[in-house]
Amino acid sequence: MQAKLNNKEIIVKDNKDVLDINQIKADFPILNQPINNHRLVYLDNAATTQKPKSVIDAQNEFYLTINANIHRGLHTLAEKATNAYEKTREHVAQFIGGVKTEEIIFTNGTTEAINMVAYTWGEKNINEGDEIVITEMEHHANLVPWVMLAKKKKALLKRIPVTPSGYLDLSNIDKIITSKTKLLAVTHMSNVLGTINPIAELAQLAHDKGAIILGDGAQAVPHLPVDVKELGVDFYAFSAHKMLGPTGVGVLYGKKELLETMPPFNMGGEMIDTVTFDNITWAELPHKFEAGTPNIAGVVAFDETLHYLEKIGMENIRQHEITLLDYALKQLTQIDGLEIQGPLEVTNRGGAISFTDPKIHPHDISTFLDSRGIAIRAGHHCAQPLMKILQKVATARASLYIYNDRNDIDALVEALKKMRKYFGV
Amino acid sequence: MSDPLDDMYREVILDHYRSPRGKKPIKKKDIESEGKNPSCGDEIEMELDMDNGKVKDVHVNCHGCAISVASGSMLAEYIKGKSLDEVKKISEVVKKMLKGEVDNLPEDLGDLDALKGVRNFPVRIKCALLAWMTLIEGVKNYEKGKNHPKASISTEDKEKE
Ligand SMILES: Cc1ncc(COP(=O)(O)O)c(C=O)c1O
Repeated sequence: MQAKLNNKEIIVKDNKDVLDINQIKADFPILNQPINNHRLVYLDNAATTQKPKSVIDAQNEFYLTINANIHRGLHTLAEKATNAYEKTREHVAQFIGGVKTEEIIFTNGTTEAINMVAYTWGEKNINEGDEIVITEMEHHANLVPWVMLAKKKKALLKRIPVTPSGYLDLSNIDKIITSKTKLLAVTHMSNVLGTINPIAELAQLAHDKGAIILGDGAQAVPHLPVDVKELGVDFYAFSAHKMLGPTGVGVLYGKKELLETMPPFNMGGEMIDTVTFDNITWAELPHKFEAGTPNIAGVVAFDETLHYLEKIGMENIRQHEITLLDYALKQLTQIDGLEIQGPLEVTNRGGAISFTDPKIHPHDISTFLDSRGIAIRAGHHCAQPLMKILQKVATARASLYIYNDRNDIDALVEALKKMRKYFGV
Repeated sequence: MSDPLDDMYREVILDHYRSPRGKKPIKKKDIESEGKNPSCGDEIEMELDMDNGKVKDVHVNCHGCAISVASGSMLAEYIKGKSLDEVKKISEVVKKMLKGEVDNLPEDLGDLDALKGVRNFPVRIKCALLAWMTLIEGVKNYEKGKNHPKASISTEDKEKE
């Protein structure tokens, strides 16, 4: 998969868009509004994405017609709600490569999914002297839980370095992943550099040493066709809100053999089999990990989100982004002095473009662009250790998705050029 | 049509940003303070040379956005020659004005008035506050007389605000 994505299959098309962007834009009501008297150019998709009307409608429809709690009622609505919720689980299992439905755990996001692994699998399996391997490009969500776990268990946290061009440096990997390694936790796609990491290769390396691998798919699942079986990951986490879905819905995929051996995360209703005051037996997978009432409406609307993405096709989405990214990088690198972080080879990266101006601080860039209707993100992007390595206090980041087109890139580039004149530097 | 941005990035602000005052390092450092704004990474170092209860010289070194740099530069320009009491008073007033606790600066404070525009951009208020909070913390330390150790603040510290 990885190799395919990186080498053949994807070709940079020079001009024509693979998607009918105008038609897609029309599906997103929010895009059709002026911001500060300008057309809204939404380029903050790595933070969160906009929602198509069909997804908003699906969520409304749930509340308007079938709202009930799941798994507990015997009445008609409860059954409908339960079926709708479980239908999404089946859909997610198919969407990421055809895994077992009980291997899909709904969480409130990537962060919770990773914490779930740290607090259950990690608590149980990490001991003093063990090694946990992460990379220098992790989002805090895939960093802080491991730092804390390593501290608590007196385990050693090791990291795979990042090269100046934004790739993982695997030249010393034999020294980093060793027989002491229990877990490799690595992002599939960097939210700062855009880099797509060779997860399948890393999974092989981890497994060869008897370790398991967790992939942070928060930035990958929205933008690439992902097959967790081909990747060979043991755990994989992602968030619905970064892929046109509702906020408050996330997914943890875990191999059944692993999930079965893990203690539950939250304790309460829905995750038990029988309860007495002395003894409790856990519910079957996946319910063991879904205590309490989840974001039912959100999960139900996520089903429609997946339909929407499938209708367009993940391959097409990837192709569109590569084409647009190629255009964007060509335009941006022409702006004198603008420094772009991460790989410049479009087939090895996604559409998160971090950049800095030698004279203008990212916050001023962001405020200026906002006044022109252009939404980007400025800051450390929840990746402070990486910022330190890049020797930046912050970067500006424009990130693409299916509804962006060349007009959006042109607007960005145009505004960046005017910005320098405005600040007079 | 006037550009709403101009309300924050007033010409005076941009002028201070392009050529910040107080850049020249000083030798005698009676007050030393550093501050940072972790959410945007702005950092400031400030030193004051005190003579006879007055600010004889100031050095401000700010790495950050236009607003934080301009605010630090205006601070340097304004407090030079002022008494410690005046410095304390003005820094509290500017802080209150930025936080919207008072509407206007009381007297004619020259360039400092330009900082008012920042209030329309709530996420940027911290940037303007940074220099002043750093100054307040430095003065506090100086008055404690603890052999003037370096003061340090973060705009995220609630208790120090
Ligand atoms: C790479 C990566 N991992 C994890 C997260 C956390 O996702 P969430 O905030 O949805 O839990 C993000 C999003 O900011 C991300 O970009």
